Amino acid sequence: MPSSLAPTIRVQREDFDLAGEVAWLTGGRTDVGAVVTFSGLCRDEEGTLAALELEHYPGMAEGEIERIAEDALDRWPLTGMTVIHRFGRIRPGENIVLVVAASHHRHAAFEAASFLMDYLKTRAPFWKKEHPQDRAEGGWVEAKEADDEATARWRKG
Amino acid sequence: MKLVYFAWVRERIGRAEEEIDLPAQVQTVSDLLSYLQSRGEGYASALVRPEVIRVAIDREHARHEARISGASEIALFPPMTGG
Repeated sequence: MPSSLAPTIRVQREDFDLAGEVAWLTGGRTDVGAVVTFSGLCRDEEGTLAALELEHYPGMAEGEIERIAEDALDRWPLTGMTVIHRFGRIRPGENIVLVVAASHHRHAAFEAASFLMDYLKTRAPFWKKEHPQDRAEGGWVEAKEADDEATARWRKG
Repeated sequence: MKLVYFAWVRERIGRAEEEIDLPAQVQTVSDLLSYLQSRGEGYASALVRPEVIRVAIDREHARHEARISGASEIALFPPMTGG
């Protein structure tokens, strides 16, 4: 295994293909024993949401995900990592974010995927605005304290 | 210096970015937030609770105590809600 593994990071308007991304990390090799994927979708529990508008800070979004990914690679023995975050208008049921962590064993892959998502939610410069079905102007989604707490649990003591 | 704004900070200020010449006494992020609050209603409304505003200096997260001299781009935005 090369020690300087380069994560795949993309910030894009287009959708992604989960199976294709997994195949990219596992194809042509036999040392990968575990692949954990996390997909975050636009949800609408009440049936009132027309779409989410995902705003991002171009340049910093990629840079911050890169920093988070490097941190994860330092902490766990991974064989591959992919992070894709979409921006723009996303409707209920559509994909927002994908994290794929591959490793020899499941423990590292599970932990790394969870770590990446906790940090993405609190450190990557993206903001969600809700567009309800009944009016043109929506409201910005508020940050959750639970997300900060989830991130804090990874801090080294 | 270039200032960029995102999400409701951008909406309340009424622009996505601007070039600004800062007075010499504006040395930290905190100073910058106080200075901007005096620039009009939109700024005052965006920065009414400065403690919740997140800041990036040259595209890296920075604390309110951070010094801004030498920075080329400072971004102000609400807590992030991606993922």
